[in-house]
Amino acid sequence: MSEKEIKNLEQIFEARIARDEKIEPKDWMPEKYRQTHIRQISQHAHSEVVGMLPEGNWITRAPSLRRKAALLAKIQDEAGHGLYLYSACETLGISRDELYEQLHSGKAKYSSIFNYPTITWADMGAIGWLVDGAAIINQVPLCNTSFGPYARAMVRVCKEESFHQRQGYEIMLTLCRGSEEQKAMAQDALNRWWWPSLMMLGPTDAESVHTEQSMKWKLKRKSNDELRQQFIDQTVPQAELIGLTIPDPDLKFNKETGHYDFGEIDWDEFWQVVKGHGPCNKERMSARVNAWNNGEWVRDAAMAHAEKNEKRKVAKAS
Amino acid sequence: MKNQNLYKYILTIADNSLILAHRLGELCGHGPNLETDIALTNISLDLLGQTRSYYQYAAKLKGESNTEDDIAFLRIEREYKNCLLVEQPNTHFGYVIGRQFLFDVYHFMLMERLQNSPDETLAAIAKKGIKEVSYHKRFSSDWVKRLGDGTEESNKKMQEAIDDLWRFTDELFYMTDSEKAIAKEGIGIDVSTFKEKYYEEVAEILKEATLTVPENKYFTKGGKEGVHTEYMGFILAELQYMQRTYPNMTW
Repeated sequence: MSEKEIKNLEQIFEARIARDEKIEPKDWMPEKYRQTHIRQISQHAHSEVVGMLPEGNWITRAPSLRRKAALLAKIQDEAGHGLYLYSACETLGISRDELYEQLHSGKAKYSSIFNYPTITWADMGAIGWLVDGAAIINQVPLCNTSFGPYARAMVRVCKEESFHQRQGYEIMLTLCRGSEEQKAMAQDALNRWWWPSLMMLGPTDAESVHTEQSMKWKLKRKSNDELRQQFIDQTVPQAELIGLTIPDPDLKFNKETGHYDFGEIDWDEFWQVVKGHGPCNKERMSARVNAWNNGEWVRDAAMAHAEKNEKRKVAKAS
Repeated sequence: MKNQNLYKYILTIADNSLILAHRLGELCGHGPNLETDIALTNISLDLLGQTRSYYQYAAKLKGESNTEDDIAFLRIEREYKNCLLVEQPNTHFGYVIGRQFLFDVYHFMLMERLQNSPDETLAAIAKKGIKEVSYHKRFSSDWVKRLGDGTEESNKKMQEAIDDLWRFTDELFYMTDSEKAIAKEGIGIDVSTFKEKYYEEVAEILKEATLTVPENKYFTKGGKEGVHTEYMGFILAELQYMQRTYPNMTW
């Protein structure tokens, strides 16, 4: 194809996106679009799967049978999200095994929030309320993103995430209505998860490398700073309602802007965790790598058995 | 408490589901692939749902302000009546499947009979449960076949698990005094009536999986009388952690 022809295709492509048409896997797309989507969708899938670990840490210790069942179901939803997102990503011409390889080698990233430890039961509440809350703010706009399979996956993911968020908040509410120890546990969890949750919305606009291109492709509709402000404005009153204090002495409602002003985020901590040196990066990665390596003989056996069955079927037919 | 035997009988069934759900819960996020991870979590959730129905019934029999959580979390080890098989660890995926399979075949046969119990609550739980258990049995039998008739390594591992776990199978058919009494009343199931059928079905699937049916005739039991393996204390340490550390609170 000549350069002129490619340019022409690109123009048609960009015009389709501008008209809000969905791009489907078999449509022509610029290589950069494909690669950007593989990167973003797989990063999202990896986050779902790695995100199962910090919560999985509390299944055997959940304080009641009802909470245990809800937690199991929630983690199972996350595995399901991982599954659709890997499938959406595979439509772009990459296999799930290759995506895992990128995760295990450290080439692909996942959400840094999952590198923090879950040390009390209240962390199950804080994760649902804050982490899933921040995730929804990131993800709702993606229900209208330009790549069809991703947009459709996100519709379902967002519905479930919003349920998880309410469930998390309800865990916090129950703790706040409980004993002094339970309230303290809830406050401590908020103290530890608040700042990392703000960091989940990504680096400040000035530092963010992907924003402009992503806006054009509708992978992003609002900037990181706008999303962060939206999250803070939404969450502060929720904390107040249940009697918790946001751990930010500079937090104050600004009547002029109609938004909350907030304190400085520790971006050094953010980059430290992103670069692999957070409290649990090594543990999370080794849990994933071990699960994969220990499962190799199982996956091999399933393949071998399927091949044997196929051969037997052919032999029987002939 | 009236119905002491019925209460104990419910626990011998429900505790199996609780402890097996616990073991499966430990695997969440660590499965050999996402699909199996989801399936095992699903089984864990089904078992937990059944556990809750049984314990709610047991709590009602016990009366006063007892709840499902008191029964699940606040007994001492000797009061848990699950069989030893379900408390065995997730040594490797072959053990997970072997434990599940040896339990599911039994569990299905038990539910088949329990759904006809004149006790309406037990019958209702079994009627709902049997649909779930029939899926569990299909899942675990299919994996026994895949691993048995997969690669040389998987065959070895599956055989190892079956050989090791075999000694716990006889206990499934051991009957405590309360079980005997409840069976005599026609409410509970005399499990000895399907022992032969159980071993036949297990042998048939093992054969199809190109595995050898163990010839070991030495069996271990005790769980149903509350005498557990050394693993049980650690299971309970995690299971009961919150309720023991923070007593009398709402979660």
